[in-house]
Amino acid sequence: MKYLDEFYDREICGSLAAQIIKESTGKRWTFMEVCGTHTMSIFRNGIKGLLPENIKLVSGPGCPVCVTPNAQIDRTVEFARLDKTCVVTFGDMMKVPGSSSSLEQERAQGFDVRVVYSVSDALKIAEQNPDKRVVFLGIGFETTVPTVAASLKDAKSKNLKNYFVLSCHKLIPPAIKAILDSGEVKIDGFLLPGHVSTIIGRKTYGFIAEDYGISCAVAGFEPVDILQAILCLVKQKTPQVENCYKRAVKEDGNPVAKDLIDEVFEVSDSEWRGLGVIPDSGLRIREGFSEFDAEKNILVEITLNSQLSTLNSQCICGSILRGINTPLDCSLFGKGCTPESPVGPCMVSSEGTCAAWYKYSSQN
Amino acid sequence: MNTVTNKISIGHGSGGKLTHNLIKNLFLEKFRNPILESLTDSAILNINGTRLAFTTDSHVIKPIFFPGGNIGKLAVNGTVNDLAVMGAKPLYISCSYVIEEGFDYQSLERITQSISQSAQDAEVCVVTGDTKVVEKGKGDKIFINTSGIGLCNYSLPKDIEIGDKVLINGSIGDHEIAILSAREELGLNLKIESDCAPLADLISQVLKSSEKIKFMRDPTRGGLATTLNEIVEEKDFGILLEERDILIREEVKGICSLLGFDPLYLANEGKVVIVVAREDADQVIETMHSHLLGRDARIIGEVVDSPKGMVCLKTQVGGRRIVDMLVGTQVPRIC
Repeated sequence: MKYLDEFYDREICGSLAAQIIKESTGKRWTFMEVCGTHTMSIFRNGIKGLLPENIKLVSGPGCPVCVTPNAQIDRTVEFARLDKTCVVTFGDMMKVPGSSSSLEQERAQGFDVRVVYSVSDALKIAEQNPDKRVVFLGIGFETTVPTVAASLKDAKSKNLKNYFVLSCHKLIPPAIKAILDSGEVKIDGFLLPGHVSTIIGRKTYGFIAEDYGISCAVAGFEPVDILQAILCLVKQKTPQVENCYKRAVKEDGNPVAKDLIDEVFEVSDSEWRGLGVIPDSGLRIREGFSEFDAEKNILVEITLNSQLSTLNSQCICGSILRGINTPLDCSLFGKGCTPESPVGPCMVSSEGTCAAWYKYSSQN
Repeated sequence: MNTVTNKISIGHGSGGKLTHNLIKNLFLEKFRNPILESLTDSAILNINGTRLAFTTDSHVIKPIFFPGGNIGKLAVNGTVNDLAVMGAKPLYISCSYVIEEGFDYQSLERITQSISQSAQDAEVCVVTGDTKVVEKGKGDKIFINTSGIGLCNYSLPKDIEIGDKVLINGSIGDHEIAILSAREELGLNLKIESDCAPLADLISQVLKSSEKIKFMRDPTRGGLATTLNEIVEEKDFGILLEERDILIREEVKGICSLLGFDPLYLANEGKVVIVVAREDADQVIETMHSHLLGRDARIIGEVVDSPKGMVCLKTQVGGRRIVDMLVGTQVPRIC
């Protein structure tokens, strides 16, 4: 762990910032950090304060909690209300409000909702509670999916009958493509997500530079990583995908993990909050594993609560996720919507843009 | 409070903003009296000219045995430290158990032995107590409440002024990370121990070394960030922290980086935050360095004119950001 300090070195960061200022002068730049972990690191380390005014960082759709649509949260809430059913989730999803309730509210009402740190714990809960249906809320991008795939293979080999996954998994490259195709935001470069890239590899992003002519840098998450990647972006003469996170990311990613995903999941269209349905941007459970597919095996009806729907209509999480708006543009930000009482998921997630602005910037 | 369900959530017990709001909006409203209103770690009672500090604390923790301590040691030190930070010499404590049916007798014996030892270390006597047993499944193994009284020879807090220094006696986050690593589900194998310790002796040395100690508090639940926010809340000054002066162990840093936690919000059980006049800061640090529990003491920030009512942090890389109170609980990031 000793290496961490070097990536927070004030002198190195100062020198990188000075080079960025020198190389970027004379032009206005908008860079999108795709990943929520980048957003958090940028705020937590006060990185915006080191950058010149002509560089603007906008947050992208890379927060798994934020892009999960209402319908899936409503569905999970309904699962939680069923008899002899336990919903298992990562902690970040607990507070996300759906149309009528959140998992946290359901737990407070006495329904069986449990928080785990890893999907293998969900599997354990299923094994230990054979009289209950255990539904794992599968959210996350390419980074998280291999572990969920492994849990499904494990469940199959153990012949478990009470373990289910609601697959809300999403893929990052199609979302980037959708943002570019919409043409709503002028983006001069992407800080590409380090964690996702460890799985899918640098090459996958080639289309952004080749087809759209936009510079890219695969970036790690410490301050030196982020500044280094921004420097790469301002220095690029010809758009290309540079790997600034070589200690973790390979050209082709992790083939074992990719094969595992492919064995259990298949690509499907998927709804993203704020971005709508994006072709080939989600993962559904393959036929061979359909016995574990919560959506197919546990049927629930989803109802809408009109009052909360009205509130949600004022929430601009969608356009924040597309990089069009910042939280300051939202009439609810810091007033009707705070981390204690969030309206939109971007205020809930520890990786959400609104949560980052609220927690770390002086404008709240 | 969650207005939709009117139910208490886990976040209300986190020591952060939700706990704070619950205390202010409900408990303070219903119990209102001048002693409680000061919302200090202990109540200060004037009885026939004698100043007594009085406090209480309930302890629920999972797992009950963890590296560096157990629920018993925690129960004693939590209460003793709440007395000590008010400048009191802790004297007597109570000890009440709520035990779940089926709890292992040997574990109870181990915890009780630990309470006895911790009381001895903190120079307090356990003088009264209570035992209740609840049905299996109606409690989580064991809960312990301790209350304590101490004799107050110092008058704290005093008025904080611009330029005062903010000190702490060592690294932050050790306790919470030790607890996390002891939980099986994370599968972590770390060599980190809880900092759980009685602070009364260190604090008495500190109080002897300077008459200009303005404020002390142990940054337990909600961490350093929450304690500092409580200091500046509704005041006409702020606090500026220097991130690189805050000691965080490598293991703690590593886990925080992995899970996306901010160490400023992690609980401590053997730390004290001290606000002292600028001119006395160095001598207080020197005093702390000569004490076993203050070897890593350091100045981590100062009281500033603006922004008022806020805690700001000069980050390690030279940027600047706000340090807000913890809202709810910290949860690991997903990706």
